[in-house]
Amino acid sequence: MSNTTQTTDTQFRQASAEYNFGFLDEYAKKEVRRSVLKAIAIPGYQVPYSSREMPMGRGFGTGGLQLTLALIGQKDTLKVIDQGSDDSVNAVNLRSFIEMTCPGIDTTTKVTEANLIQSRHRIPEQPLREDQVLILQVPYPDALVVVESSEDKRKIMHGEADYSRLLVKLYEDIVKFNEITISHRYPTRINGHYVIDSSPIPRWDVPKMHQSKALILLGAGREKKIYAVPPYTLAEPLEFDDMPFRVENFNDENGERQACHLCGCNHSFLDEFMDAKSGQKRYQCSDSDYCHEQLIYKTSTSNQHSEG
Amino acid sequence: MGYVAIKGGGQAIAGAEKLLEFIRTRQGESAEPLDLDTIENQLYFLHSRILSEGGLFHPKLASLAIKQSLGDTLEAAFALRAYRSTKPRLIETPVLDTTNMRVIRRISASFKDIPGGQMLGASTDYALRLMRTELLNESREDFQAVAAKWLDENHYDDIPDTFPKVLDALREEGLLPPVDESMAKNKPFDITREPLIFPVPRSAALSTMARAETGSILAIAYSNMRGYGDVHPTVAELRVGYLPVMLPHPITGELIEVGEVLMTECEVVAMYEDDDEGSQPTFSLGYGACFGHNEVKAISMSILDRSLQLGMQNGPTNPSEDPEFVLLHIDGIDSMGFCTHYKMPHYVTFQSDMDRLRTTQEKHGAQHDQTTQGAENV
Amino acid sequence: MSNDKILEVRNLSKVYGKGCSKCFESTGPKHDTNICPHCGSVVAAHDISFDLYRGEILGIMGESGSGKSTSIKNLFFDEMPTSGQATFFDQGKQYDLFKLNAQQKRHLRNHHFGMVYQNPVLGLNFNVSAGGNIAERLLMNNITHYSDIRDRAIELLRRTEVLTERMDELPKNFSGGMQQRVQIAKALATNPPLLFLDEVTTGLDLSVQAAILDLIMEIQHESNTAMIAVTHDLGVIRLLADRTIMMKYGRIVETGLTDQILEDPQDAYTQRLVASAL
Repeated sequence: MSNTTQTTDTQFRQASAEYNFGFLDEYAKKEVRRSVLKAIAIPGYQVPYSSREMPMGRGFGTGGLQLTLALIGQKDTLKVIDQGSDDSVNAVNLRSFIEMTCPGIDTTTKVTEANLIQSRHRIPEQPLREDQVLILQVPYPDALVVVESSEDKRKIMHGEADYSRLLVKLYEDIVKFNEITISHRYPTRINGHYVIDSSPIPRWDVPKMHQSKALILLGAGREKKIYAVPPYTLAEPLEFDDMPFRVENFNDENGERQACHLCGCNHSFLDEFMDAKSGQKRYQCSDSDYCHEQLIYKTSTSNQHSEG
Repeated sequence: MGYVAIKGGGQAIAGAEKLLEFIRTRQGESAEPLDLDTIENQLYFLHSRILSEGGLFHPKLASLAIKQSLGDTLEAAFALRAYRSTKPRLIETPVLDTTNMRVIRRISASFKDIPGGQMLGASTDYALRLMRTELLNESREDFQAVAAKWLDENHYDDIPDTFPKVLDALREEGLLPPVDESMAKNKPFDITREPLIFPVPRSAALSTMARAETGSILAIAYSNMRGYGDVHPTVAELRVGYLPVMLPHPITGELIEVGEVLMTECEVVAMYEDDDEGSQPTFSLGYGACFGHNEVKAISMSILDRSLQLGMQNGPTNPSEDPEFVLLHIDGIDSMGFCTHYKMPHYVTFQSDMDRLRTTQEKHGAQHDQTTQGAENV
Repeated sequence: MSNDKILEVRNLSKVYGKGCSKCFESTGPKHDTNICPHCGSVVAAHDISFDLYRGEILGIMGESGSGKSTSIKNLFFDEMPTSGQATFFDQGKQYDLFKLNAQQKRHLRNHHFGMVYQNPVLGLNFNVSAGGNIAERLLMNNITHYSDIRDRAIELLRRTEVLTERMDELPKNFSGGMQQRVQIAKALATNPPLLFLDEVTTGLDLSVQAAILDLIMEIQHESNTAMIAVTHDLGVIRLLADRTIMMKYGRIVETGLTDQILEDPQDAYTQRLVASAL
């Protein structure tokens, strides 16, 4: 494939220098793959790696990006989302970079078509399959960072599965607020030992990690850690027997569940926003592909009804 | 090969890139594009800073980085660093001796005079920071005359290229411990290939600091100087110059000079230490070195080298002595990246936060209602 | 007092510094120092041996620098001894303390031992409420029912006479005596068979001291907990300890039943101490 690809309607970037397929040199990719294997072998353990600098800023998904670039091949189909949407600027930026440096791959917005999904802050609503890999972008890999700033001390706590200080924080939350107030980055125990920071996915998405069919990889570029939730693995959010883990609530004042104003879905995670023109509060599926699919389904069933 | 169609987000990014390019070139006909050599020479210290923070000695690309980033030092260092990331490692030099540096500036605060002499060199140390209004409308002719006149007036044949090290004199007298030659055989820690896992060896700390963001490392070193620390340094020697880079000849194996790098080196002597061993106490040494002409950075680095050694030995009593605190917060690429990322969409996590607060407010409200109801019922 | 041995300590030594071959022979009560004149190392404790039986309180008495605190710090794994052996017996099992790995030591510290320090900062987490401190201990023991944890914390605080209305406050708002009570509650959270008390009443007002000593004795009667109480106060020894060890400059100078030692001390130093008690 020539390195002077014509800029098409679907690409706004053109490669201006010759890069290795996947931008990273092969040694870097090897290190990432070895780290991934180790992470799968020790579920939930944060594997340190040297983490190359990428052309996008630390904090913009360089960890997730390095995972994707180390794993992607020309036959793969990639989906990139941010906040659940393929159109969000971060997703657009990353996707165009990967298209630019991995000529031959396919990219898609449909979860069902992708075998590699890189995501920031959401797990897709559509259940994933065994042949799919989900890569999550992580700012803080370590759930213990809220109770201990020294990485050295945290390593020992993880090694001994000593999460008492983290659990005490949950206890104090309940004492103060009668609720566990952690919103996203919910600490989750993997395979009965290591507690991970599940990344800034909402609590809504945490149950999807449990016994997932797909492999879930988590990459922190700035903090230089890779960890994994392998398929069919226990992923248990920390809770008390009598104060169970709860997902976000989308009920209105009357106790009615809010629905997406576009597709009518009332069982997905919703974005709440003020309409730019009318100023009215609106709810919309955060997962843009799911919303699209729901809309198609709704339209086809209503057509059926009108035809029936 | 199928790609996702571009919608709003992609157009916005493309538009942003074009806007930056417009800002860069909006002078239009009234200006010439920035020349890379001009940046390297007339913005000499800025250029040095980018060489140092980018961690790659490539003067031309450092100039390009400054040009394409419109002078943003964090972005320019980032561009150079990201470029370096894609380059394979071809070979490693043996340990280089900075005594062989072709010196352009060299001073010591420890002694009034030193073998070879105090060579002030190109320094702003004693300059008056007054606005030089004569430069407001500097003409081409005036500009060109300055260098010509200086070269004409100065005779530099009698200035030696290399100078002995002040520290060697201190070592001869036994005031500093002798150099441990066996250390030179150890491979230094490679921070570009291995992650930092604390405790880290001194070479890892030094290499991390060598490409640290200047302001960040200065601030932490300053905290030590001001009192959150105990180093009390004296500059034994600060030198700036061109260090020959030696590589073995591919056939004969003989070390050959393949080029030189501009660098700054600072060695500070700090308070002497009690040795449990009962052997002679000596001064302790702090070392700083980086690409380019960056004195503030080299001095800061040498102070932190000392304070980190103290911290690793006795446990940190100040932030500047804590290796985790210092080494994880001085990299400009990491810090600016994370700072900048806060501008990215975070509305899903915020949705989650709102959910928590609303639930908590409801519970608080319900409790409050109960107590007021209770009070009313009394 | 049963005849079950719970702890056996043999030849425990702790040297701070490089140490040399002459350290032990040049230090101790005979030489009036615990600093080795040859190498400058501090021989904080040497050749400490004793037994502790289930349900008894052993007092370790000595003035500053006697090595009494050092000894129990090593047994509680705050420090590692230079040499020596210690065996802990519980529920039919035997633990060679200084040969355990970090995980095993932590297990004993959390489940089988309790420690109350002179300075509450060492024993309490000041970033967490009084109830939270107790919860922390229970959570280490895999108790995951919030109400159960809360109930147990209330029970323990009541037992140690801390106002349960204050259980959600941070320890920094408490008086020294109350902080000690919270420490004791925390130490007892897991019903440990062995409790270490390191100068727990030193620095407190006399009436507060008396109350805490009373509490300790009640607990001992109720739960038959074996205890080692380190102190420099003869009054505390007299009240609490069944048997006593006297230490000076890192060595044991006398051991025996507390009554006997106080009535009829054999060692010259012990005699001086007993005579000088107010």
